[in-house]
Amino acid sequence: MTDSGSRDSGSRDSSDTALSLAASVRSGERLASEVLEDYLEAIAGSEDEIHAFNTVLADEARAAAGEIDRRIAAGEDVGPLAGVPIAIKDNTCTRGIPTTCSSKMLEGWKPPYDATVIEKLAAAGTVMIGKTNLDEFAMGSSTENSAFGPTRNPHDLSLVPGGSSGGSAAAVAAGFAPLAIGSDTGGSIRQPAALCGVVGMKPSYGTVSRYGLIAFASSLDQIGPFTRTVADAAALYDAISGHDPRDSTSIPEPLAPVSPHLGDGVSGLRVGVITELMESGDLADGFEPEVLRQTRAAAEALAAAGAIVEDVSVPSTIYGLSAYYLIAPAEASSNLARYDGVRYGLRVDGAANTAGMMVASRTAGFGAEVKRRIMLGTYALSAGYYDAFYGKAQRVRTLIIDDFERAYQNFDVLLSPTSPCVAFPFGAKEDPLTMYLNDVATIPSNLAGHPAISVPFGIGRARLPVGVQVLAPMLEERRLIQVAAVLESVAHSNRSITEGSAA
Amino acid sequence: MSDQPVSSTMLDEWVNDSDVQRESTSLSDAWEMVIGLEVHAELATETKMFSPAVNQFGSAPNTNVHPVCLGLPGTLPVVNGKAVELSIRLGLALNCTVQRCIFARKNYFYPDMPKDYQISQYDRPLNINGWLELPSGHRVRVERAHMEEDTGKSTHVGDSGRIHDAGYSLVDYNRAGVPLLEIVSHPDIRGPEEAKAYVAELQAILIATGVSDGKFEEGSLRVDANISVRPSGSTELRTRCEVKNVNSLRSLGRAILYEAQRHVNLYESGERPRQETRHWDEEGGRTRPGRSKEQAEDYRYFADPDLVPVDPSPEWIEEIRASLPALPRERRAALIDAGGSAETAAIAVDRDLDGLALTAISLGADPVRSLTHIANNLAVEGAHELDAANFAELVKMETGGDLTATQAKTVLAEMLESGRAPLVIAADLGFEAMDTTELETLIDGIIADSPSEWDRFVNGDDKARAKMQGFFTGQVMKQTQGKADGKIVNQILQTRRNA
Repeated sequence: MTDSGSRDSGSRDSSDTALSLAASVRSGERLASEVLEDYLEAIAGSEDEIHAFNTVLADEARAAAGEIDRRIAAGEDVGPLAGVPIAIKDNTCTRGIPTTCSSKMLEGWKPPYDATVIEKLAAAGTVMIGKTNLDEFAMGSSTENSAFGPTRNPHDLSLVPGGSSGGSAAAVAAGFAPLAIGSDTGGSIRQPAALCGVVGMKPSYGTVSRYGLIAFASSLDQIGPFTRTVADAAALYDAISGHDPRDSTSIPEPLAPVSPHLGDGVSGLRVGVITELMESGDLADGFEPEVLRQTRAAAEALAAAGAIVEDVSVPSTIYGLSAYYLIAPAEASSNLARYDGVRYGLRVDGAANTAGMMVASRTAGFGAEVKRRIMLGTYALSAGYYDAFYGKAQRVRTLIIDDFERAYQNFDVLLSPTSPCVAFPFGAKEDPLTMYLNDVATIPSNLAGHPAISVPFGIGRARLPVGVQVLAPMLEERRLIQVAAVLESVAHSNRSITEGSAA
Repeated sequence: MSDQPVSSTMLDEWVNDSDVQRESTSLSDAWEMVIGLEVHAELATETKMFSPAVNQFGSAPNTNVHPVCLGLPGTLPVVNGKAVELSIRLGLALNCTVQRCIFARKNYFYPDMPKDYQISQYDRPLNINGWLELPSGHRVRVERAHMEEDTGKSTHVGDSGRIHDAGYSLVDYNRAGVPLLEIVSHPDIRGPEEAKAYVAELQAILIATGVSDGKFEEGSLRVDANISVRPSGSTELRTRCEVKNVNSLRSLGRAILYEAQRHVNLYESGERPRQETRHWDEEGGRTRPGRSKEQAEDYRYFADPDLVPVDPSPEWIEEIRASLPALPRERRAALIDAGGSAETAAIAVDRDLDGLALTAISLGADPVRSLTHIANNLAVEGAHELDAANFAELVKMETGGDLTATQAKTVLAEMLESGRAPLVIAADLGFEAMDTTELETLIDGIIADSPSEWDRFVNGDDKARAKMQGFFTGQVMKQTQGKADGKIVNQILQTRRNA
């Protein structure tokens, strides 16, 4: 696949959005089965090169699409996203379908139950087309940590798609599905969305049930949408959000749909550009100048659309990275203890006793990055170190929340780059710390539990997509949608102008 | 022995030779025991602590399971409200302060623990700072009573104890996630009898409040004892050992005594015990060291991010307090107030027959006789169905002289059997009380028929007199078919002798 060819995202009409497909299926203009075949064809065409999926569910999807068509023919209401193919990150439990977390530890494991989000997606009428690749147990920013091989960026096969939800981002970017589900613990939806040039949203903690999402760091993990358009992101968020009694951290209050706010505009909206994330200093090992330039351009576009745009300092954001890399591994060290070879997943036999079997299984089943984080987290929670590491990191978390609250006294939303850089080559960030720095702009939202969205906005180095991040206070997803919709339309008209002049 | 392979059991015995001792009932006066108890009680809920699986003892292995209590990837715990309510119930019964509490993860690897961490409570338990009053009046302070989940059960098959044995283990997760309350006492207990009294009283409270069925034999009640000793009169706290696997009150007493004596022996031989977990070996009658690894265990507690704090409202707490039944201590006091002895009152409450006694007493039955019947004759099925008015009538017939003690016992047994009124039963059995005059005539006749026996009764030594009293009473009973009241017979004999 050539650079320019892949940017057109395959053979099909790239203007197909989830909402337009659902509308045509619901109206009877198209069959869900026909829609599905288009996407299966796209997958057959270039999945070998991209490796977005751990499992393609062609048979299951055909059965589901056929069922949608049958129900529509019978006059039933099949949901707002009827017949829209969707790719699911392979850390989300699907009954009877392998759910691996891209780990040898869970290779072939079939959950006996569906995650809540899977039930909601079925109720919305979507058709699950496959399970997507990820960094093992969602630990990474490039999808290079998958035990089943990396995913390639559809914009340039020599580059990473970002991570950890690299498979979901690439699936949408490559036109394998108009919708995908990812999970975001420190930027794992937003960063790959930015690197693949699609929309990725991390909702507020507690708005989308985590029941059935295989935990990495429970207090940070959140499920969210990948889409081509902001309207699709709003529709998908509306479909998957809502209280779930099976998740104690799920917000009990009813959530208003955000889709009605797509056209609200930004007139009078106060937008703060986070100064700490706009410097090419030491902190992020240098934000790429093109990334900063596009973020600045996005701020100007919002000002032009009527927003009041100012710079704002959110000082403690710079400590977010350090706090995150204590809290997330600490929780992970406990969450991943259950993979011991006793009940499911990989078991290495031959040890003299149970403890030996557990050690052998975990040694063989986990990759290097997972082991690194388990060790970091175990250390951070150890007696005598707890206060200095985990305890202090939790206090930093409180400071970040306080800082955000102060900023939101004067601003409705905040703006920053999503990632310090555009997509990078495989192996470019082999030093774990360099890789961790990629999450500097996304992590603060996870620590605060706040929502944030990455929207493609222009191109950066090597004509690769740049993502701009919009952040909002707790439960203010509607503001993300308002702002992102404006940025999307500006980016779209800019692109038309550029392409027009190039032609 | 030298030509046999050394098994781990034999090695253990050899190592423990210095511990061998005869069972005694107390330490020498020079030493005092300092004991704190950790009691685990399984809560009587329908479902598990954080999972919809059924909480039931005795089911086929791995049938009471659900993805949540199996800790399957992606599952999340949800607190069982009933378990919280029962936990608060016990906290209030133990005079605890009920507070906003946080669940924490206790991290360690064990095959019967599905998540390889246990959800427990650490620095913010539900119940704190209570006390439990023993029947003796001694108060044992309760440090905390916190909620947690139980583990599964492992069964080792083909395991001789040797490391390289080709054994394997089977794990049953029915118990995994069953709600537990861990009740931790201060080290306020001074001996095995007091420890047994504490656990017995706690068990009675658990049962009376409906918090737990409190069955040692089904493992719904389990005790770990923290034991140390110190020179009598001292207030120091010395190194303690935690003794686990104590499965009955009797074992608890034995284990405490053994372990305390082991400490005394060590101190007296110039050594000192090291802090460790030990296991009670019921058959061997001694404690054995646990795996040495356990000492180094660091549980890496931290607040469970999958759960939110439980913050019981003052209204809820008061509602639960108002629904508490009378506690065993209060019930015993009520019986003693009504004229019962401490001993029989304890038995009556233990058998849950104090209500029967109190009603009977209020209907005019003699308290001592009523409680004596409950203690001696009502440890039987059906006792709880006994009609209190009938029971009161029986006791009144007895104390009024209409029935002898023996007859009363017979009538009571028949009442349990048929539920009929005591008057009817007594009439059916021909238990009309004998007229005293009639009895005097009968006795005079027997005396006249047995002059030599009478002479020995009147003039013999104490031994002879006692023997002859038996003879005459026996004759009377024989001729009356047991209807005569022994006490009255005795009175008549004494009157005739003194005449």
